[in-house]
Amino acid sequence: MGDLGIFGFGPGGWGLALLEGAAMTLLVSACGLLIGAILGALVAWARLSGAAVPGAIGQAYAALFRGLPELLVVYLVYFGTSTLLTSAAHAVGYEGFVGVPSFFAGALAVGVISGAYQAEVFRGAYRAIAKGELEAAVSVGMNRWLMFRRIIAPQVLRFALPGLGNLWQVALKDSSLISVTGLTELMRISQVGAGSTHRPFAFYLGGAALYLVMTLVSNQAFEMAEARATRGMRRATG
Amino acid sequence: MFISSLLKLLGALPLTLEVWALSVVLGALIAAGVTWMRGSESKPMKLFARAYVAVFRGTPLLIQLFIVYYGLSSLPAVRASFVWPFLKSAFNCGVLSLALCTAAYQAEIFRGALLAVAHGQVEAARACGMSGLLLFRRVIFPIALRHALPAYSTEMISMVKATALVSLITLWDVLSVALKIRNDTLVTYTPLLIAGAIYFAVNYAIGAAFLTLERRLSTHLRPRPG
Amino acid sequence: MAPKFMKALAFGAALGAGLAFASGALAKDWKTVVIGMEGAYDPWNLTDSSGQIVGFEVDLANDLCKRIGAECKIIAQDWDGMIPGLKAGKFDVIMDGMSITDERKKEIDFSKPYAAPPAAFMAAKDSAVAKALGPGKVVDISKDKAAGDAAIKAVQAALKGKTIGVQSSTTHANFANKYLKSVATVQEYKTTDERDLDLKSSRIDIALDDYPPIAATLEKPDAKDFMIVGPEFKGDVFGGGEGMGLRKSDADLTAKFNKALDAAFADGSVKNYSMKWFKIDTTP
Repeated sequence: MGDLGIFGFGPGGWGLALLEGAAMTLLVSACGLLIGAILGALVAWARLSGAAVPGAIGQAYAALFRGLPELLVVYLVYFGTSTLLTSAAHAVGYEGFVGVPSFFAGALAVGVISGAYQAEVFRGAYRAIAKGELEAAVSVGMNRWLMFRRIIAPQVLRFALPGLGNLWQVALKDSSLISVTGLTELMRISQVGAGSTHRPFAFYLGGAALYLVMTLVSNQAFEMAEARATRGMRRATG
Repeated sequence: MFISSLLKLLGALPLTLEVWALSVVLGALIAAGVTWMRGSESKPMKLFARAYVAVFRGTPLLIQLFIVYYGLSSLPAVRASFVWPFLKSAFNCGVLSLALCTAAYQAEIFRGALLAVAHGQVEAARACGMSGLLLFRRVIFPIALRHALPAYSTEMISMVKATALVSLITLWDVLSVALKIRNDTLVTYTPLLIAGAIYFAVNYAIGAAFLTLERRLSTHLRPRPG
Repeated sequence: MAPKFMKALAFGAALGAGLAFASGALAKDWKTVVIGMEGAYDPWNLTDSSGQIVGFEVDLANDLCKRIGAECKIIAQDWDGMIPGLKAGKFDVIMDGMSITDERKKEIDFSKPYAAPPAAFMAAKDSAVAKALGPGKVVDISKDKAAGDAAIKAVQAALKGKTIGVQSSTTHANFANKYLKSVATVQEYKTTDERDLDLKSSRIDIALDDYPPIAATLEKPDAKDFMIVGPEFKGDVFGGGEGMGLRKSDADLTAKFNKALDAAFADGSVKNYSMKWFKIDTTP
């Protein structure tokens, strides 16, 4: 397979480019997860509220983005955001063309898919809160905002951590699909390096190794966060 | 334009479904092997099984696919070997890579399902003199199957979505054909949306099929009527 | 009577002025034209080391714009964004080695073709097909039917049982499917990069594409084991050629460019650019 010099940090080496790609991957995945959290929270709220129409819309959104291939969603969002934004701009009188950078389109695509799954995580986490706590809060006269801030939000986050940890890993992997838009994240850099040096085996293996490092470190981080968040709580298992 | 696109896309559906079915079955076989290794007494086997799952679940499927299709074919050693006729075909590479990936997820599903079999049931069966294959066939497998079904349904649907990636290794699946129609006719959304509808319909059907299966297998667990 | 006539006159004048204003607003005066290119389609258009877009189409575009009295702005756009970009107004013209096809004519307008290069086969120097077909030689199917038929038969014989790679939705794909499907496996690819990668890893035995990009690929160091083989076909299914893509609503701009193209053909400018970038004359 030849020397590992191509991964070095010297002038001919791709080490730096790969690390930059990894950084871009982390950034776009994080933005995607954040967008997904907002969408997921909205959908969970819509479904938990009991109102018919918002609940139905929420359910439809979740079903739709769980049933479509992620790669197709990436293409649709990438093609669609430019057109949509330009039409919207035209409607308010702006003449020219509004371009959407692949970062935004990519993060949005990852976010829209993640949101469909995060909705379920948040919904399950909310229902895990002991009803007694909510009743007690109402009985001592807490208003809804205080109840949300003191009781609901912290516990939802705590219960949602395992699910979110999993979805973070999913977002990291889904971000590799954004490479088709040309964004210089890790997958794309691996591809460019492979084509440039004609060593696809080395580059894709190297890229995979970097992804593995990211997922393993993330797993550790989430496990530590879960341990801290559930300290003092009684659990079903040891 | 709508009808002609729909027909062209439906024409590509058999390829998508073939890749899906073959990779799922091959993946199940590999997963069975990995699960067996996981449960074995030997430490290296256990370690290998855990590493396999960690690697194939911890890296993107796309890069795994590229390693198999582009990476392996670039090695002169591979091109000269007996596996080359197999790996030459993009279809085979796609199925192999998807199978290796789903095997990791299926192995975890199998593991969880096996853990869910109440030990009391196994003890009772052993007390009656059952062992080995009979024990597995009569007691462990049926119970584990019911526990595995919901997660398995999700995995089957994930695999259908995963087949869309083979469009990036020169295969003409539904997504590839949709992009080709877009390139030919310069119409962007119609072919992609029709393709989306086709994928959605397939996934819906799979989900419904599994739901029916779950219901039929658990009639004995439902509360008695009246 | 006089007031009535004056009123009618005033109304007519207002109407006329209004119409003049309206049509003035609708019909652009085309002082600047924005042209979209990939900058990654050697030698039609490519990005040089200083980041500038250069190539056959850049020279031709600058020439044509001078003739129609407009200032040209060339911007880079990847192929996927090219089509929406034209429709949304990001640019006014697409010049990206785009083949003129009937399907595409339904969505956009094309200028006359400014190039109709011959097709060329590319294969590994030491391959069986290369030995069977020999080095490249131009054959015009439309002009010389007998020679064309003989050449096609030679290709069919050489490619029996082999796999040929073509880019999908091109005249080459049409040629391969029309003449070669019966004897060989025709593998279509979404991009030429994919096809060339498969040729390098011997998944396909031979590739068919326009002469210019093949020649450009062969100039790169990693292509030293490959060469152009067999007949270089012109005419018949290859007739369409490449042209400028414009919005259907800009018929006046299309007409302007067509006039400029006629002039550029007549005084040999197009041929000069073609010889400079393609080393062969691709004038239709």
